[in-house]
Amino acid sequence: MTTLKSLPTRAGSRILSVGAARGDRLVPNDELVGPIDSSDEWIRQRTGIATRARVSDGSEAVDLAERAAKEAIERAGIDGSQLDAVIVSTISNTVQTPSMAALLTERVGATPAPAFDISAACAGYAYGVAQADALVRSGMAEHVLVVGVEKLSEVVDPTDRSISFLLGDGAGAVVVGAADEPGISPSVWGSDGSHWETIRMTNTLGSMRDGAPWPTLRQDGPTVFRWAVWEMAKKAREALDAAGIEPGDLAAFIPHQANMRIIDEFAKQLKLPDTVAIARDIETTGNTSAASIPLAMHRLLEEQPELSGGLALQIGFGAGLVYGAQVVVLP
Amino acid sequence: MAFTKDEVLAGLADLVNDETGIATENVQLEKSFTDDLDIDSISMMTIVVNAEEKFDVKIPDDEVKNLKTVQDAVDYITGAQA
Repeated sequence: MTTLKSLPTRAGSRILSVGAARGDRLVPNDELVGPIDSSDEWIRQRTGIATRARVSDGSEAVDLAERAAKEAIERAGIDGSQLDAVIVSTISNTVQTPSMAALLTERVGATPAPAFDISAACAGYAYGVAQADALVRSGMAEHVLVVGVEKLSEVVDPTDRSISFLLGDGAGAVVVGAADEPGISPSVWGSDGSHWETIRMTNTLGSMRDGAPWPTLRQDGPTVFRWAVWEMAKKAREALDAAGIEPGDLAAFIPHQANMRIIDEFAKQLKLPDTVAIARDIETTGNTSAASIPLAMHRLLEEQPELSGGLALQIGFGAGLVYGAQVVVLP
Repeated sequence: MAFTKDEVLAGLADLVNDETGIATENVQLEKSFTDDLDIDSISMMTIVVNAEEKFDVKIPDDEVKNLKTVQDAVDYITGAQA
């Protein structure tokens, strides 16, 4: 029998660079409190959010993705034509098909690289990094662009007190490339569809066809909080074990920027030493779902460039429910 | 060993104090968590998870919204003990 050829595999992959683009306008709490009968203090106390970045200049999600991607490509020192795959994690594509990734691939000069979107909400970026790591290590790609991008201002309801006031717009991008030793640990990822409705859209495309209003996002906040802290803390520990490291080996902790209270309690549960920098981009950017981890990484590295080369635990979690975590060497 | 209602109340008061800084003597049976003690839903969930560990009981998410007063919580926890 004929034996099929296989590609030579690689010892590792790593994040070479990160790029970011945020909505052009920082919307303060005071602009949102009226319809939810709330106050700046109420929002800050429950979420740690002072502003959220939202698009006001007409940019679409793919425009944000392009800006972040071009920065990441430039910082990686490569040309778009050297990308062997483009992965976009988003819930903000404007059409069911074609993918945002195919359009982005064309815009960054990477055509004919394979391109696809991932629908994994706030875990989407971590899912994308898991895919990119596997593609590079398997020999199928040398450089992979992973973008997390959202324009969540499209799915907010000004009268909703569950999640709308958290949400922002932005894109974060990384280029994952080949490395002589592992720069991305084995990913710990999964799903739990028994909680499919815990974070959800208010109605379906079919119901809109029959006259239902534009769909917006909702969540069961306390249930999500319990899952996001105590269940995800277990997954974070699994990711550290999979990487073969202890919390004290970390330079940074970059969780999905869902809510400052989740971040604070999560860090407490992990017993992170004071030496670990904790990403808190949410205070000004808000919750940008798939974009939040790379955006937070970008800010951390701008503010504390000495973290470059250190280890960061990144974990995404959200609607599905789905989660993904890995330890990465910071670019 | 099962906890008595007095022990559950005292333990719960400690957990409320840890999370919110509210003095333990103010955590009284007739007090409402939201209206009297001004505990928000996120703090309530933190207290619930810590109570599960402290008293070795399970408090499902669906039950949490029924725990309106300290008395409700004490009754639920003592009733849920194996």
